[in-house]
Amino acid sequence: MHDAHASRAGETSVPLTASAVLVNKVGLHARPSVKLTQCAKRFAAKIELALSGDGPWTDAKSPVKVMRVKAPQGATLHFRVTGPDGEVALAAVLALVHDGFGEA
Amino acid sequence: MNNPNGGNVGIVIVSHSPKIAEGAADMVRQMVGNAVPLAWTGGDVDGGLGTNVAGILEAIEAAWSAAGVAVLVDLGGAETNSEMAVEMLAEDRRARVVVCNAPVVEGAVIAATESSGGSSLAAVKRSAEEFYA
Repeated sequence: MHDAHASRAGETSVPLTASAVLVNKVGLHARPSVKLTQCAKRFAAKIELALSGDGPWTDAKSPVKVMRVKAPQGATLHFRVTGPDGEVALAAVLALVHDGFGEA
Repeated sequence: MNNPNGGNVGIVIVSHSPKIAEGAADMVRQMVGNAVPLAWTGGDVDGGLGTNVAGILEAIEAAWSAAGVAVLVDLGGAETNSEMAVEMLAEDRRARVVVCNAPVVEGAVIAATESSGGSSLAAVKRSAEEFYA
């Protein structure tokens, strides 16, 4: 489906990065963490998040680790994505954050 | 909803208190959704606080998946009775049921989250057990 992107990202394997502000009231609490990890798991790419562009980076596919980040409303979530489907994966997690995990 | 490995891993919640077991199951359904086979059991045969092997066996049957079943337990008897229930399963099913070393409520939500993404039984168990890691 996204072969053009896939081969490009696959050749370079340079991590894609982007950030988004947490808009939902409660921040990255239990329910949003579950939604985020469910979304991340749909992709083969390695997906990590952090509260700073310098890390420390957390595996976005681990609900336990994502909850431990305890990111509050207004925090900027940084994403770092590596893998053949990285571009679609990054777009999907960013959309989820922008959308307030459907509960803003 | 069905994965190539034969569906998502089933989750069984075993608590001494049926209210806790049912409440934890409610949390799983609301937070994770309906893509995961789920069953709960709690209380002894007289309706008091406790667990019973027959109830656990029924729950394992109800949440059965070819991908396996992860059992989340609270204290002492819940764990030993769950292990006993697993031993009473048919041989071909026994190897596909694991009791997780994880807190019952949090573990159930995390295990179900992992399962909903189509993860293997080993990955579901590992993820639930991250709470104690």
